[in-house]
Amino acid sequence: MPSEAGVGSREIVIEVLRYRSDTDSRPVPQRYRVPFTNDMSVLQGLQYIKDHLDGTLSFRWSCRMAICGSCGMMIDAEPKLACMTFLRDYHPGPLRIEPLTHFPIERDLVVTVGGFVKKIENIYPYLIPKTPRRLDEGEYLQTPTQLAQYESFSDCINCMLCYAACPQFGENPDFIGPGAMALLQRYNGDSRDGAQAKRMELVHTENGAWSCTAVGYCSEVCPKQVDPANAVNQNKTRSALDFFLRFLRPAHSGGAASNGDAR
Amino acid sequence: MNGPRSYLRRTDTLWWARRTYLAYTLREATGIAVAGYAFILLAGLISLANGERAYDVWLNFLKSPWSLALHLLFLIAMVVHVWTWFKIMPKTMPRLVIGRRIVTQNEITAAGIVVAVAAFIVILLVAECVQP
Repeated sequence: MPSEAGVGSREIVIEVLRYRSDTDSRPVPQRYRVPFTNDMSVLQGLQYIKDHLDGTLSFRWSCRMAICGSCGMMIDAEPKLACMTFLRDYHPGPLRIEPLTHFPIERDLVVTVGGFVKKIENIYPYLIPKTPRRLDEGEYLQTPTQLAQYESFSDCINCMLCYAACPQFGENPDFIGPGAMALLQRYNGDSRDGAQAKRMELVHTENGAWSCTAVGYCSEVCPKQVDPANAVNQNKTRSALDFFLRFLRPAHSGGAASNGDAR
Repeated sequence: MNGPRSYLRRTDTLWWARRTYLAYTLREATGIAVAGYAFILLAGLISLANGERAYDVWLNFLKSPWSLALHLLFLIAMVVHVWTWFKIMPKTMPRLVIGRRIVTQNEITAAGIVVAVAAFIVILLVAECVQP
C-alpha cells in the first residue's frame, strides 16, 4: 500500500527517552513532531529526527528489513524492531520510544550488548561432531524430522527483544536468558552434534534453565518465531532427567552418547 | 561489561501486574487455589484416620455455605489454571514431529484440555456410581 502523499501529510509526536552520559545524570524524555507517510517505519521516524530535527540522537540500525537485529527498542513499552513497526499504528501519538529494558544504556537508544555476547560465546556455539569424519567419508546426513527438531532455533538474529521481555533476566542479569538458550538448543538439538553433555553443564546451573519461570513473553515478542521459551523449558525437562538418570548411568558419561566408536 | 558511564534503570518490581504478563500471573496465582484444594483433601484424609467422629466434622464443614463458596472459587481458579497450564505445556516439550509434520503448539494445548475434560467426566461418573 504505497502512499502517494509526500512526507508531511500527517504528523506524529514521538517521545524518545534520551540519555547523554556527559550531560544527563539520568535518562530524560524528549518530544519531537515528525511528519510521516503510511509506509514509514518507526526506524524511518527516528532517521527523520536525526536528519532534520536533532542530529545528536543516537540509535543502532543497519538492514531495515528485520534481519540484522540492531534496531530493537521499547516501542510503547513493548520490545519491538523499529524497522518492522509502523508509525501509522501509533498516530497521533505521543509514541514513547525507550532503549531495551534490563540493559545498561550507553547513550539514548543504544544499550550495552557485551553481557549477551559473552553468554553466546560460552555455550559452544558451533557443531562438535559426534564422530568426526574424514572428507572422503562424505557429509553428515540428517533427515527432515531431525532438522525440524532445531530448525526454528537457528533463525535467531540476536536482537535481544526476548531479554527485554524476560522479567527473570531483569531480576538476575547473570541468567543465561532466552536468546542464548535458543542458540544452545540449536546445537544440542542437532542430531549431528556430540557436545550435549558440555552444554548441559551450563543448563543445570541456577543461572541456566532454572532461572526461568516459564513466563513465555519472550516467544511472543520474537520477530523471527524462534520460540526461545520452548528452548529454555525443554532444557528444564532434560536437566531434570539428567539429574535422576545420573544414578543409573555409568560415571562421567553425562547426557551425550559415549565415545564407543572413537577411533 | 558496562561502559564507564552507562546507566542501568531499576527493574519495575510490579512487572507481574502489567497486562502483558496477565496470563503468567494468573497461572501462578491460581496455583495457590490448587494447593488450597489439595490441603482440604489432606485434611479429610487425616480426619478419616482419626475416626468416624472427626470424619463427620469434616463432612459437615464441606456442607457449610462457607465451604461451598470456597469450592466455587477454587473451581473457577482451577479452570483458569488448567487453561493457562496447557497453554504453556507445549513449550516444555521437544518438537513433536509426526510423519514430516511438526505438531503445532495449539494442537498440543487442545489435546491437553480434551484429556483434562475427559478425566473430569470419568471421575464424575465414577463418583456417581460409588455413591452409597
